[in-house]
Amino acid sequence: MTDFGSALGAALSLVVRLDPDLAEIVLLSLRVSVGAVLLATLIGMPLGAAVALFRFPGRTVIVVMLNALMGLPPVVVGLIVYLLLSRAGPLGVFGLLFTPAAMIIAQVVLVTPIIAALTRQVVEDLWTEYEEQLRSLGAGPGRALTALLWDGRFTLMTAVLAGFGRASAEVGAVMIVGGNIDHVTRVMTTAIALEVSKGDLALALGLGIILIVLSTGVNGAAFALKEAAQRRHAG
Amino acid sequence: MNSPSAFPASTSILPLEFYRVSFEAGGKRLIKDLSCIFAAGPSTVILGPNGAGKSLLLRLCHGLLKPSAGQIIWHGAEGRDPSVHQAMVFQRPVMLRRSVAANVDYALALRGVPRRQRRDLVAESLKETGLARLARHPARVLSFGEQQRLALARAWALMPQVLFLDEPTANLDPAATHTVEHVIAAIHAAGTQVIMTTHDLAQARRLADEILFLHRGRLLEKGPADAFFAGPRNDLARAFLRGELLWRRPRDGNSDQETQNA
Repeated sequence: MTDFGSALGAALSLVVRLDPDLAEIVLLSLRVSVGAVLLATLIGMPLGAAVALFRFPGRTVIVVMLNALMGLPPVVVGLIVYLLLSRAGPLGVFGLLFTPAAMIIAQVVLVTPIIAALTRQVVEDLWTEYEEQLRSLGAGPGRALTALLWDGRFTLMTAVLAGFGRASAEVGAVMIVGGNIDHVTRVMTTAIALEVSKGDLALALGLGIILIVLSTGVNGAAFALKEAAQRRHAG
Repeated sequence: MNSPSAFPASTSILPLEFYRVSFEAGGKRLIKDLSCIFAAGPSTVILGPNGAGKSLLLRLCHGLLKPSAGQIIWHGAEGRDPSVHQAMVFQRPVMLRRSVAANVDYALALRGVPRRQRRDLVAESLKETGLARLARHPARVLSFGEQQRLALARAWALMPQVLFLDEPTANLDPAATHTVEHVIAAIHAAGTQVIMTTHDLAQARRLADEILFLHRGRLLEKGPADAFFAGPRNDLARAFLRGELLWRRPRDGNSDQETQNA
């Protein structure tokens, strides 16, 4: 217990005096996770909405796949992206392995199915309600899709948040494709894993505290925003 | 086509002809070999008990459903797309998760009306339906009656030649029903052909120039409203009307009857 107490004290002091190493790690983590979630949103939302709207052969398979892919093991995703990006791999020429870009790619693979699957659910429910009215008004598939995404925007925020939660918390994929290189690809989760194995519990705990505060803060802010907006628009 | 049109700028897409139209779903024939013509002019009410196929018929007219057999022809369309001259109001108003004004604006935007004209049209249609003061409210917090009026405003702003209404007052109280009927009458008076369904006989009497009586997917009678209510030729239509009469007759020792009239 004293061990925990002293580690906590040291951790808090690191946080309070904005230790530069700590700050660097936090900023890189945010860059990678936020970047990955933005890209995954750009890919996943239209994809999910399209699957919700259009009937085509193999649609059921895609729906099941998207739901199944939500639970992809990060380590396996890391491994596959590693193989693709490694020198001998098909994308080796770009030299992306062990860079933040590689970590973003791996997290995009992890997060896109989450956002796409949740978007499909939201848009499909909305489409059931809107379909006849939008068709009656003469909305083509493209217009209908943008209207559904727009009107579902507050619920869809939950999908993006779920994606952000996944990206900021996972360690397996970024560890493999990033390599946890100091000042280059070290992010909060990989740093925590490393510091724990080294026995530097203070830094690990400090990072842990920041990680929790960040994710709680982001979720809290989004929740408040959604509540306010739903009161205005009555869901 | 000599059909009278209230739109001097463009001729009416009416008459609408159903030629031996059938509609099947789940192995059941829900509309059976229906032929008739909807001409321009009289406001048409499709009457019949629940499950008669009234809503299906309206959706076939509007093109939301495709017939399993037979043909549906807009004789006045002459190569134009008839769908842009129609609008529909549903039994349950579908409100976009936006403001009242934005709900109307969106419908106009879909029809390609330029932004500058949209503002005036939105304001005008909200004024006509008595919703002007609610323009900035979110549509989904309106009362049910106000939502149905907004659905009418949205349809009205499009200035359709033909407006379909599917039991527009089925879920409304008498006061809201009165307001909605008032708006429907105004839309008809402004030159829009109104084709609506109802199972409310009193409403049919108030609004109909012409009655189509539908029962179990078959068109049993079609004719002027006066003649229909005076004495329908068809047995089932007579029974349908008689049901209403029995319903209204005060019976001694049974006070429940009055409450059902609402």
